[in-house]
Amino acid sequence: MSVQNETGRQATVAPTASAPAIELRGISKAFGPVQANKDISISVAKGSIHGIIGENGAGKSTLMSILYGFYKADAGEILINGKEVEITDSQEAIAAGIGMVFQHFKLVENFTVLENVILGAEDGKLLKPSLAKARKLLKQLSDEYELSVDPDALIEDLSVGHQQRVEILKALYRQADILILDEPTGVLTPAEADHLFRILEGLRDQGKTIILITHKLREIMEITDTVSVMRRGEMTATVKTKDTSPEELAELMVGRKVLLRVDKTPAKPGKPVIEVENLEVIDEQGVKRLKGIDLMVRQGEILGICGVAGNGQTELLEVLGGYMEGTGTIRMNGEEIDLTGKYSDGQSRRARGISHVPEDRHDEGLILEFQAWENMIFGYHHDPKYQKNALLMDNAGIKAMTQVSMDKFDVRPPNPKLEAKSFSGGNQQKIVLAREIERNPDLLLVGQPTRGVDIGAIEFIHQQIVALRDEGKAILLVSVELDEILSLSDRIVVMFDGRIMGERLPSETNEGELGLMMAGITDEEKAQ
Amino acid sequence: MDYLTILQILDSALRLATPLLLTCLAGLFSERAGVVDIGLEGKLLAAAFLAGAAAAVTGSIWIGLLAGVLGSLAFSMLHGLASITFQGDQLISGVALNFLAAGLTVVIGQSWFKLGGRTPSLSGDGRFSEWNLPFSDAMAKIPVVGPAYDELISGHTALTYLAFLAVPLSWWVLYRSRFGLRLRAVGENPGAVDTAGISVVRLRYSALVIAGVLCGLAGTYLASLAAGFVKDMSAGRGYIALAALIFAKWRPWYALWATLLFGLLEAIGNRYQSIALGDFVIPVQFMQALPYILTVIILAGFVGKAIPPRASGQSYVKER
Repeated sequence: MSVQNETGRQATVAPTASAPAIELRGISKAFGPVQANKDISISVAKGSIHGIIGENGAGKSTLMSILYGFYKADAGEILINGKEVEITDSQEAIAAGIGMVFQHFKLVENFTVLENVILGAEDGKLLKPSLAKARKLLKQLSDEYELSVDPDALIEDLSVGHQQRVEILKALYRQADILILDEPTGVLTPAEADHLFRILEGLRDQGKTIILITHKLREIMEITDTVSVMRRGEMTATVKTKDTSPEELAELMVGRKVLLRVDKTPAKPGKPVIEVENLEVIDEQGVKRLKGIDLMVRQGEILGICGVAGNGQTELLEVLGGYMEGTGTIRMNGEEIDLTGKYSDGQSRRARGISHVPEDRHDEGLILEFQAWENMIFGYHHDPKYQKNALLMDNAGIKAMTQVSMDKFDVRPPNPKLEAKSFSGGNQQKIVLAREIERNPDLLLVGQPTRGVDIGAIEFIHQQIVALRDEGKAILLVSVELDEILSLSDRIVVMFDGRIMGERLPSETNEGELGLMMAGITDEEKAQ
Repeated sequence: MDYLTILQILDSALRLATPLLLTCLAGLFSERAGVVDIGLEGKLLAAAFLAGAAAAVTGSIWIGLLAGVLGSLAFSMLHGLASITFQGDQLISGVALNFLAAGLTVVIGQSWFKLGGRTPSLSGDGRFSEWNLPFSDAMAKIPVVGPAYDELISGHTALTYLAFLAVPLSWWVLYRSRFGLRLRAVGENPGAVDTAGISVVRLRYSALVIAGVLCGLAGTYLASLAAGFVKDMSAGRGYIALAALIFAKWRPWYALWATLLFGLLEAIGNRYQSIALGDFVIPVQFMQALPYILTVIILAGFVGKAIPPRASGQSYVKER
């Protein structure tokens, strides 16, 4: 079945005679006292891309896990192509034609692509015939859908984007007609995400049904035909994408009006806070990651650094934050700081007025097993004001201080004794942000402030960063989200391959131009 | 050192490597499936005791073999119950089994045979007989090749041949069969196996069944070799097999070479009780400690980088 793109879209608009690919009726599921799914009904038309949007913890993943046989629903029925089915394990979901691409890939890292594709779907007791068959089919699929991957490559050697293709190929090899993707773009670069969307559109046009779970409004608007919104375990609405707007969806998700654009006044830059000249960094493998970076951030402005992940932004943050050594000159408030040796560590940087919200809050920002109040003083634990006497820390005082910060930064639940891992992503990020901002730094380094963070929390985090700027602090923002860079920054710098490709003002540029710069294409090359 | 001496040492190395190789392959199967098997030692001991006891009572080593394998299998399933079904800590479960075996064998042995924990000596059909391969007498007269065939290749028990056959067989199963692919996958990423619709639990139990049988063979071999069970007769071979497994980077062919090396060291230690270097005489204790010293060196990580199966030691819990 080959349908044109246009008719594919219309198929969901006009009522069709054929039964929906998936119909859920009254699905409920509780985990102990938590009602993860409440009486959910949804119908997904064949040959359409159906988005499911909602904040973290809204119950999207639970719903899909029920569909894939990981959990058994407490109540409700599932119909595939109009026929009621009982899905009690993954094997039955696969047999019903459902394929799932998980957020965290289910691939065996030291197996080849082929071995991963046939795992569980082998034709007989011996591998040889299965591998040969898979090789043939893989070639066919990769020609058809731009899904090319080297069948003999080991998974661990593939980029994240390619690993995801393997997951899609796995589903197609099992002849899935319904493909569920859980937050597929979270780990992808913008270019990889675009490629994925082209693949999905190709699959849709071949009559496959696709369910896309995401919390990114832009993706929903860009690619889906219909969209369902979930909030706190309930399905709050299902609408045609062309009849809705990002603002309306955001409101449905959060339950109140959300400001999608950042509300800020023009910057009033003061004198330079940090000046970086000819900064170079060579990593442990001897690869030059920064190749002569020059930049400067003034008081009262936000400098946004955009670029595809892995082009030196991480290293830049790490050198400035003091946990990577480099060469060059960095002046903080006019005084040079050490880039190597004893005084190039994080503690010395903090003493100079540099605070750092790291890119990876799980690995670098927090200790997940520790409680919120303990996390609230990491890096500052030697501060005399936290000591009770020469031997003991003032735990009661720290807890009280944490309580105040948690209230101020709207961390929910505001309980200092909760382990960091039991907060949602947005609230974890608020804890890190509170710790760093409450130090009253001259310069705040922020890496990926809203990665994996709910829309409501994004709004709050953005407001906090702008408020800090308005206090006259300098802010260096690194983000792979172009939206975020464009709406938050006062000046934008694009990094590519360890170099700065150029600087733009947000009012004078757009995603297209920045996208080209992020791909390393200069003005001269463009002119040709 | 003449040619014949070398052959005799090598021959003895093969004999001594046999139980190590079987145990090492047992560990390979269970660890490749993601179940750390520190209880190899206990299984070995339990099998040796039951094989020794059954062979002594019935007079047939083959019934002893059956008893040994069943005993080892029971221990393996106990390990599975604790670490797979109830998702307990695999190390603790394994160590507990080792203690259990060390204690039970002696206590039951004493109350059963009243020989201070030993089983009665085995003789005749109570031990494995050596297989003299065809033409070994005739070929022995051919220079160089003949003695090698006669001394080295011929004249081992069935279990030795079986152990060496188990190497290519294991390789073939692991890398050429569907079962092997799934087994290796479950030790690397059980999530991938589960989402592919295959039971993680069943796969891991299958691996433990194989491990149990192989350990049973190894234990029975020990009992037959020593003509009966003696307290603590496994003498740390379960741990040595684990070290060999790490040395072998969890691969069947490497496991063969690793266990042969351990067997050779043990054989040399047995043959040369003391070596004089000028005025200094290396004490016999040092020679006999050679395999254990190598174990310590390997476990301390001096031999290259060995990456274990990624999910080994972790019980599988479905994520939300």
